[in-house]
Amino acid sequence: MYKILHREDLVPGIHLFRVEAPAVAAKAQAGQFVIVRVDEKGERIPLTVADWDREEGSLTIVFMEVGTTTRKMAILKKGDYILNFVGPLGLPTHIERLGTVVCVGGGVGVAPIVPIARAFKEAGNKVISIMGARSWNLLFWEERLRSVSNELTVTTDDGSYGRKGVVTEPLKEILDSGQKVDMVMAVGPVVMMKFCAKTTNPYGVKTVVSLNPIMVDGTGMCGCCRVEIGEKTKFTCVDGPDFDGHQVDWDLLLARQHIYLEAEKRSLELWEQREGRETNA
Amino acid sequence: MPKLDLNRQPMPKQEPQVRAKNFNEVALGYTPEQALAEANRCIQCPKHPCIDGCPVEVPIPEFIKALREGDMLQAVEVLKSKNSLPAICGRVCPQETQCESACTLSKKGAPIAIGRLERYVANWELNQPATSKPAVILPPTNGKRIAVIGSGPAGLTAAADMAKMGYQVTIFEALHIAGGVLMYGIPEFRLPKHIVQSEVEYVKSLGVDIKLDSVVGKVVTVDELMKEQGYDAVFLGTGAGLPMFLNIPGENLNSIYSANEFLTRINLMKAYLFPEYDTPVQIGKRIAVIGGGNVAMDSARCALRLGFEEVHIVYRRSRAELPARQEEAENAEEEGVIFKFLTNPVRFLGNKDGWVTQMECVEMELGEPDASGRRRPIVKAGSEFMIDVDIAVIALGTTPNPLITATTEGLDTTKGGTVVASETTGKTVKDSVWAGGDIVTGSATVISAMGAGKRAAASMHEALGG
Repeated sequence: MYKILHREDLVPGIHLFRVEAPAVAAKAQAGQFVIVRVDEKGERIPLTVADWDREEGSLTIVFMEVGTTTRKMAILKKGDYILNFVGPLGLPTHIERLGTVVCVGGGVGVAPIVPIARAFKEAGNKVISIMGARSWNLLFWEERLRSVSNELTVTTDDGSYGRKGVVTEPLKEILDSGQKVDMVMAVGPVVMMKFCAKTTNPYGVKTVVSLNPIMVDGTGMCGCCRVEIGEKTKFTCVDGPDFDGHQVDWDLLLARQHIYLEAEKRSLELWEQREGRETNA
Repeated sequence: MPKLDLNRQPMPKQEPQVRAKNFNEVALGYTPEQALAEANRCIQCPKHPCIDGCPVEVPIPEFIKALREGDMLQAVEVLKSKNSLPAICGRVCPQETQCESACTLSKKGAPIAIGRLERYVANWELNQPATSKPAVILPPTNGKRIAVIGSGPAGLTAAADMAKMGYQVTIFEALHIAGGVLMYGIPEFRLPKHIVQSEVEYVKSLGVDIKLDSVVGKVVTVDELMKEQGYDAVFLGTGAGLPMFLNIPGENLNSIYSANEFLTRINLMKAYLFPEYDTPVQIGKRIAVIGGGNVAMDSARCALRLGFEEVHIVYRRSRAELPARQEEAENAEEEGVIFKFLTNPVRFLGNKDGWVTQMECVEMELGEPDASGRRRPIVKAGSEFMIDVDIAVIALGTTPNPLITATTEGLDTTKGGTVVASETTGKTVKDSVWAGGDIVTGSATVISAMGAGKRAAASMHEALGG
């Protein structure tokens, strides 16, 4: 049992937990993930590490309400417990001094990009960050990301805050500006990562993406999270989650993310009936 | 000399048509009368070859004697003196190639049904109130601490034996429940999960601490366990984790599973109870399971119970080479699994949305024996044909998970990724580290892993000076 030390509602549908897990916090590094099982009947789902506090012995996760597990989590309060919390899993993001690194975070992916940007900055890189959301009311951690970046651009799809448009537009401008970019790191929805990789490809700039396929055990045992990287099958949980964005078979990843759409819908409807809750969607 | 009784008591089972639709245990277990009749057949021969046939050397004639004398407590104590997990072994051990094949009556074609008697005795104990079970008497602790990595059959056995010898044992388990392959791999209808948990509780009653959600190699390394956390020795029983695939085109299409994933969803996550449980598994009309081992049989039989209409097992050799236990293959066939022998998939085809729809196969014929001693399958030219499938499950076996070997200095591994350890002691080349089970041998049986756990415990005890 893992205690929720702190809960914060960042924006509608996206919440933050600081979870008491000293052993996980002691080892966590940017880019890794944890597997969470919320209760006895729950699924095991992966969530990327958003931060950690080794002194407090806590790990921070930021999650978006999408399915049964995340909806169950969303009704937990400070002081409640999560049944299982396993990590840190996956390989950490490879951090080194490269020069200039562009960090792109989209949607809930802004949370994990913060420790990654921080690590790149601490390693002596110039960090240019871009964060995006659909609208102003879905933006969070702007100041946090700004504090670990040399420059930050914020975009909203509807133009209600920051720059109107999607994250790939400022990304392209940076690449066109003539300054040398040594690496791009993108974390966010699959479509966003795909288009970041597409944007950087003609420039030949190394682009690392953090993939988030469906997982079960998260330790390399089941192969549920397999992806194709340069036509080779890889297990995201042990070989990733970071991969070369130019090598990812995006269509396969998208298709595999949809395997359980029907079942997920049914599961959620049933939970809502049981809980007597109205759906937000 | 009394006349030999060669009437081996059959195991009562659920009827095939009935059991193929439920996840309840297939075998129903002996009645007391059947158990007694079977026990009475044992001639108590002085040579007791059965004991030599048992990887953990259970004093078989002795427990059978106690059973037929009606002293069930004694029968339990004798069994548990060597085997900490009898309710599991009585169900999943391949007795036909071990104790029973060695039985003197085996020559007459009617070996004592040792496994069924073991199951009977173990079940009797599980059904007793705690007060009438044999008391657990432990020696005083010797203050030495043992870390056991993995709570499958090897780890549980090593932990139980070390605890019985006075060591303080902690098991580190990656998953959210103890039992390893006994929980995620072997289905409920062959090995009910409450039985596994009862055996786990017994191991805990010996003073063994089990830390769940603990992935060694990630949250802590083997070296840290010894250097920072003060463990005197480590036993690696992490099993064979990584599923093997065919490496053919289309293998990553939606609805193609490794057997590990298919079974983990069903057994560990209880997808057969979806949507009461949150984890789903794909269900369709036609499924092909590729492979011929026990895991393939388990996958196919699970599929029947999930409601698939046509369940195929596709195996590239013939029936004679099936690596599965004969009993399991027979159970599968009785329940309605269709075997396609001498057939090998060459690619999967899918629809535009990325779902598998067909599997292209070739026919095979058997050539000369290969390195495994089995006749090598050869492709028949021009024999390509299609099988329509909604779901495919790849059950080709597993290779060891590298999480530990990649993070532990000084372990020796084979080309296949298994840990090199002495067959007789389980000692690795690294100081204070032992290993046993599938992590050393590659995919094998529950009982061979238990045997390895037992030998390692004895060797650790010797090395640590008791």
